[in-house]
Amino acid sequence: MTTSTPLRRRRSLDGHSALTRAVLLTVMSLLVMVPFLWMISLAFTPSEQAFGSVSLIPASPTLENFKTALVDANLLRALTNSALVAAAVVLGNCVIAILAGYAFAMLKFRGSTAVFFALIATTAIPVSVTLIPLFLMTKGVPFAGGNDFLGQGGSGLLNTIAGLTLPHLVMPMNIFLSRQYFSGASPELAEAARVDGASEWRIFTRIYLPLAKPLVAVIAIFAFTGVWDDFLWPLVITSSAEMQTVQLALARFLVDGNIQYGPLMAGVVLVTLPVVAVFIFNQRGFISGLTDGSVKG
Amino acid sequence: MLPAALYVCIFHLIPVVYGLVLSFSDYSPLSRSGPDFIGPENYLQIFSDPTFGNSLIVTGKYVLMVLPVTVVLALVLAVLVNRPFRGVGLVRSALYIPHIVALTAVSMIWLWMYSSHGLFNEILAFFQIPEQNWLLDQDTALPAVAAMRIWKALGSNMVLLLAGLQSIPRELYEAARIDGAGKWNLFRHITLPGLKPILVYVVAMDIIFISQGFAEIFVLTGGGPLGSTTTTNYLIYTEAFQYNRMGSASAMAFVLFAFIAAASLLAVRGMLGRKTS
Repeated sequence: MTTSTPLRRRRSLDGHSALTRAVLLTVMSLLVMVPFLWMISLAFTPSEQAFGSVSLIPASPTLENFKTALVDANLLRALTNSALVAAAVVLGNCVIAILAGYAFAMLKFRGSTAVFFALIATTAIPVSVTLIPLFLMTKGVPFAGGNDFLGQGGSGLLNTIAGLTLPHLVMPMNIFLSRQYFSGASPELAEAARVDGASEWRIFTRIYLPLAKPLVAVIAIFAFTGVWDDFLWPLVITSSAEMQTVQLALARFLVDGNIQYGPLMAGVVLVTLPVVAVFIFNQRGFISGLTDGSVKG
Repeated sequence: MLPAALYVCIFHLIPVVYGLVLSFSDYSPLSRSGPDFIGPENYLQIFSDPTFGNSLIVTGKYVLMVLPVTVVLALVLAVLVNRPFRGVGLVRSALYIPHIVALTAVSMIWLWMYSSHGLFNEILAFFQIPEQNWLLDQDTALPAVAAMRIWKALGSNMVLLLAGLQSIPRELYEAARIDGAGKWNLFRHITLPGLKPILVYVVAMDIIFISQGFAEIFVLTGGGPLGSTTTTNYLIYTEAFQYNRMGSASAMAFVLFAFIAAASLLAVRGMLGRKTS
């Protein structure tokens, strides 16, 4: 991410415009960060001070809001649920999506391109189109949640961890990313191994998978943030507080008209922290995931 | 590959077909009977329904409020951060963070900022201006939500445009400079054309995502006041899951789909078309 224009010339040409740029960018990034600064501030402000004028640096910082959020608002349970769902979804995407992408890239057969594009086209379908059918399908899973073999009579997988997980288990976008990745790998390696009598499975696990560590990181990040940040699907299929995911638990704060901003912001901090942590430790993965899907696609 | 293809069929293709069938049916999950086929009645009914028409207008306005501002700002920022200087990584990260935090979570923060003792009213109070009910006033509610979405979309657009800027060959700039081209001409004749493919992608993606606005509406306004922020996606949610009218909600979803597809195709055509003229 560096440019190659000679630095010396630029300095002589527009020394003052470099300063303007630095000032402008500093102001812009501070402005962009303002909401987060206030989020942190409010999270540490005692609730009785949270009404009326609040100062950016709390006079008497407290951890009480975090306790309220975790215990009273049952955020702890929501964090556990979301972690379970996220673990399953990350695993599912890392195994199934990567295998599928690899197969699309390496094993050509009649119609594979057509199947691939049909698969990618699904990413452009609005969520609301599939939301209602998916809801009814989840409700109608046979033998689950008191259903008979026709999937009627009970609640199916509604309000279960399985129901929360299934629609995210393989994201078409991740199949796309891994096909792109393996298409760029050299096929000579596989041919050489095949001549030596290695099985297809062995070729994948011993040669290509070790090369694909950056891909695994990107897909894991995509799967994790996708499911951790999801709101609409859990909103639709969960009905009890015990099954809530993190974003839903935050929305629960809005139910009674008198919103307690202190505990709410403490909750937002707790829910946001894992995603920001993943971002800080893997910025390259985040950004290459975003741009790989577009520029090279 | 087979399990993946099968999975995508079950969770992505079958629902579309099922949804299409539902959109021609009358179905409430509370009733004992299954979906009744009623032909195009749902479509006829929603098109004569002013609530639905209004939601399409709100969705369109919302996209038009967010899209131009966020794309132009992101372009300016991308040009500014496309030069190495001390702290450029920090600036890029700061600008990108709103993108990675969940829409629901950031909406909570903005809900406070718009509240009666929130940041915006504190700033107004500083200038002795009476406080505003940002989210409760029909005139300010949608722009207020749009402002949040502009802030949220800025980072990812900037990163994509930055990648586009860095894919433009340096030699083009060098050659044009030797020919005596000024800064504006460089931008107009090299940067913009070189950026076109990624710009088209950014605009199309923004249209697709912003026109499906839901979580921010749910948190900030609940569709109010008086339907002034009821986007189509929000209306579909209430229709299906509060009133249990799965058939007409599905019909709405397909109409929304058609509008989104048309709008993004139109944008892509329009932007690519200008290139040849």
